[in-house]
Amino acid sequence: MFSLDRWQEIYSTIRKNKLRTFLTGFAVAWGIFMLIILLGSGNGLENGVKEEFKGGALNGIWISSGVTSVQYKGLKTGREIKFTDQDYKLIKTSIKGYDRISARLYMGNVLVSNKNEYGTFFVSPSHPDYGYIKEVQVLQGRFLNQIDIRECRKVAAIGEKVKSQLFKGRDTVALEKYINIKGVPFKVIGIFRDFGRGDDEQKRIYIPITTAQKVFYTSNVINQISFTTGQASPEEADAMLKKAKMTLARSHTFSPDDPRAIDIMNKSEDVRRFNALFTGIRLFIWIIGIGTIIAGIVGVSNIMMISVKERTKEIGIRKALGATPGSVIGLIMQEAILITGFAGYIGLVLGVGLLELISRNIPPSDFFRNPEANLAIALGATVLLIIAGAFAGFFPAIKAAAIRPIEALREE
Amino acid sequence: MVDISNIHKTYITGNNKLHVLKGIDLKVDAGEMISVMGASGSGKSTLLNILGILDNHDHGEYILNGVRIENLNERKAAMLRNKFLGFVFQSFNLVSFKNAMENVALPLYYQNVKRKKRNAIAMEFLDRMGLKDWAHHLPNELSGGQKQRVAIARALIAKPKVILADEPTGALDSVTSQEVMDILTDINKNENITMLIVTHEHDIAKRTQKTIRITDGMITEIIKN
Ligand SMILES: Nc1ncnc2c1ncn2[C@@H]1O[C@H](COP(=O)(O)OP(=O)(O)OP(=O)(O)O)[C@@H](O)[C@H]1O
Ligand SMILES: [Mg+2]
Repeated sequence: MFSLDRWQEIYSTIRKNKLRTFLTGFAVAWGIFMLIILLGSGNGLENGVKEEFKGGALNGIWISSGVTSVQYKGLKTGREIKFTDQDYKLIKTSIKGYDRISARLYMGNVLVSNKNEYGTFFVSPSHPDYGYIKEVQVLQGRFLNQIDIRECRKVAAIGEKVKSQLFKGRDTVALEKYINIKGVPFKVIGIFRDFGRGDDEQKRIYIPITTAQKVFYTSNVINQISFTTGQASPEEADAMLKKAKMTLARSHTFSPDDPRAIDIMNKSEDVRRFNALFTGIRLFIWIIGIGTIIAGIVGVSNIMMISVKERTKEIGIRKALGATPGSVIGLIMQEAILITGFAGYIGLVLGVGLLELISRNIPPSDFFRNPEANLAIALGATVLLIIAGAFAGFFPAIKAAAIRPIEALREE
Repeated sequence: MVDISNIHKTYITGNNKLHVLKGIDLKVDAGEMISVMGASGSGKSTLLNILGILDNHDHGEYILNGVRIENLNERKAAMLRNKFLGFVFQSFNLVSFKNAMENVALPLYYQNVKRKKRNAIAMEFLDRMGLKDWAHHLPNELSGGQKQRVAIARALIAKPKVILADEPTGALDSVTSQEVMDILTDINKNENITMLIVTHEHDIAKRTQKTIRITDGMITEIIKN
């Protein structure tokens, strides 16, 4: 069926019908080109938005205290909710199935110094688990641990930008050195990298929450509780969040429906929404792309149909000389597959080339980065092309096989 | 070689039935050269098409080279045509976008002979027709006589048992017609290939061993030349 000879036979036919072949191929090349560009742009959009999710577990939930906005049980609005260690412990015992949990204090931007080097950094007192929740990567030393918490050690894990600002010079050692936070010396125990894109995330210092409470606040206040939901399903994660909300609402006597009393950031839900949106966009792109390709296929099929009609006599001659119906079908189908395949491949290469050009010359932004057509897409498109070619050739081939030599060869 | 008896053929178009062949009996021995004559519409081409397995008969028996031709599927018919039969037509029926050599080589393509080999064989046959220098010309660059010689080379290349020629000289002038007949008679003599030639011209018919006259779908006369 796929003998070299057959290809040569098809090649000679194509060579002698250049214009027809070109017109046939153009529609397909265009279709594939459009599909690749659309898919690549979709990927670019997706990559851009995905970048926003970096720096923090995708299954993380952050709950911060706020101010009430709904009257509840005789209490007026505008009441400030203050979380304490008690709330942290309450949530830890009441919700089931969480993976990591941490409380945090908001100290905000604070002047920090190392001898004569100064800088304002975001100091974030927290539990050791916060390193996991924020998905920081420890580059040197370690993150906070339970002993630091228990013994209220004056230790600090600093971001790499903090390191480079307070300990100038690549090879300057920061570990085990002391930095001064609001006049209190803290020992640097680790240097980490944060993948978040916010400025404060890059310039952050983590210290044990217990130390901060003792040294800077002299109370057991906290500002935020965050946890990850592990392998929980979306429903289970929702249940955990609801439980946490109810627990806090009861202990601080605010309405569970108050949108301002506590502030919730639910990353998994954002991710879910984002995924749903992009599933939609992808589907849309495929529908348009496939539509364009189908138009191409119909075009090829039509032109092949006309070509078969034009070639009635030739096919009649071939049959008289011994061409079997199978070989006629093979001839036409293979020609269709060859034209679609070749033209589509050109469209594929041009599309991928254009995407490459775009991603090289347009700087990545929040909404668009790395518009790529990966190998899977290219492979998928190739398979699609061959199937498309077979479809395009099928009806013309059947028609060609049905040609009766006596009718094709009848003298005019 | 060819043995038919009581062949009937009716064409049905819409509500019309046209009984074209009304019981044809004919025996052609191997190596015989026979001409078929008759008025236009008498059924000569129909008979030739049936003999060429391009069309099937309704009734009767057809035995070609010992093979009974009946209820063949298209694939089988194509293979028998390729192996046993060579065709020559009035309007040549060359593939317009193939050159002379490729046209001649075409039957061998359907025997899966490799391209190089079949082109070499095609060149030999063209050489025998005196057309070696025209091998790479397209049909529309050839004269009628040259085209018919290409067609004859093509009919010969698969070494058929029988050559069926439907008015092979119908489109040629009388001198060229005689040249083509020279070639056909040569082939008949030297290669012992059986030949059936449909013609309207007595000059052509006379050069065959036997002439069969068909009138209204029946053989009415057999003349020895
Ligand atoms: N496929 C067909 N369908 C219907 N009728 C046909 C078909 N082929 C031939 N005929 C009819 O059958 C009759 C015999 O046709 P045929 O071609 O055999 O004649 P012929 O003897 O070869 O004539 P000519 O000398 O003009 O070539 C004609 O009346 C023709 O119209
Ligand atoms: Mg006729």
